[in-house]
Amino acid sequence: MEHGSLTDLTASTFSLMDEDHTLANSVRFTLNQDPRVAFCGYSIPHPSDNKVNIRIQTTGDTAKDVLKDGFQNLMIMCQHVRTTFDKAVADYETNRPSKHMNIDTP
Amino acid sequence: MPKVSALDMPDVPMGQLPEHLQLQRSRVVCKADAPIHLESFCKNFKLEVIRLTEDEIEFDMIGIDASLANAFRRILIAEVPMMAIEKVLMVNNTSVIADEVLAHRLGLIPLNADPRLFEYLSENDSPNERNTIVYKLDVSCRKGGPRMTVKSDQLKWLPNGSELEMTPPNQSAKPKSYTSFSCSQDSMPEFSKKPLGVKHEDIIIAKLGPGQAIELEAHAVKGIGKVHAKWSPVSTAWYRMLPEVVLLKDIKGDDAEKLVKKCPVNVFDIEDLGNGKKKAVVSKPRACTLCRECIRGVNEELVELRRVKDHFIFTIESAGALPPEVLFTEAVKILEDKCDRVISDLS
Ligand code: SF4
Repeated sequence: MEHGSLTDLTASTFSLMDEDHTLANSVRFTLNQDPRVAFCGYSIPHPSDNKVNIRIQTTGDTAKDVLKDGFQNLMIMCQHVRTTFDKAVADYETNRPSKHMNIDTP
Repeated sequence: MPKVSALDMPDVPMGQLPEHLQLQRSRVVCKADAPIHLESFCKNFKLEVIRLTEDEIEFDMIGIDASLANAFRRILIAEVPMMAIEKVLMVNNTSVIADEVLAHRLGLIPLNADPRLFEYLSENDSPNERNTIVYKLDVSCRKGGPRMTVKSDQLKWLPNGSELEMTPPNQSAKPKSYTSFSCSQDSMPEFSKKPLGVKHEDIIIAKLGPGQAIELEAHAVKGIGKVHAKWSPVSTAWYRMLPEVVLLKDIKGDDAEKLVKKCPVNVFDIEDLGNGKKKAVVSKPRACTLCRECIRGVNEELVELRRVKDHFIFTIESAGALPPEVLFTEAVKILEDKCDRVISDLS
């Protein structure tokens, strides 16, 4: 859900249901790296409501598009983390000394 | 940083700031949380597995922001699904442990079932072989015999579903069981090789005195840790930033010996400089617990304790059903799914 004005599309607050710090803080981080973002922050209006509000003010682009890009970037980062992790685990497995190897016994 | 009086700076020309302040004024220092681009993230992100056992993993994540590391941790604890006992049908319980306490204890037993092979049981679904696992516990203690301990290995998996029958609404109706399995779970290829038992066979469920008995049926379903901690797939998942211990001045001789002795986890070591001279060096900063023992009292100006902001030492302890490396991949996938969902909502 988007709360913004009809005349100014560069500043909006987005309400995400059933989300919390997990997603909001991560996307705040990616959005703050975007040079088009003038301001970005999030809040949880009440701890017993299952929602977060994400506020975005941009330097000229539509807030909605910028938010979408923020999520897109987050997704790409996640994918990169996942492939790197899988590779690291595979590397570890190949280099791991065998459990049954006993160096001391002749 | 050493303290310098504002009036006593011979090397700073009049009207200018000291070098470090000048730098702060004129430059943005690009730390991990300052603007970076996706490309440089991909280039600089590093991951190294330190230790991997059946139910524990430790790895270093370098070049990532705390917000993401924390998101992974939060998802691991609260949002990666698991199977756990949710419903207990009591037939008989004459033990000293109350029904609800017993049901709670059963819920917390880790099951050896891969949650990815199951679906969520939603409110108007009937329990079937795709979303429910049924266990039976039928134990009794012989009259006149010794007391007995009921352990988790006495929970028996019922691949054919519930054996209890619901009271029919009227006399003529055919009695129905509490689950409606269309086929036996052990005929399904994914479960036929690996029976859906409990992870640990030696968890004490209850103790029975002579003449006491417990008979019950337990239904396990899929859920997430946010709803109840029994569905949390990890014992715990945590990270810490890499400690960095810096000696600001050379510490020599007896002082060095004293410093080495002070640290309970042996972060420091002695370097021999020849002809009886010794110097303290930092040899194992990673082991530092930041207990601050080494800077207590005398050494405050000599030792500085820091943490590397974008280097996370991540540890995951699995509760059993899935190996820890799979849990992490699942957690990252969940974050991706969340993004995906919001993007499609926005379009
Ligand atoms: S803070 Fe504690 S653990 Fe770390 S170096 Fe000092 S004494 Fe050792």
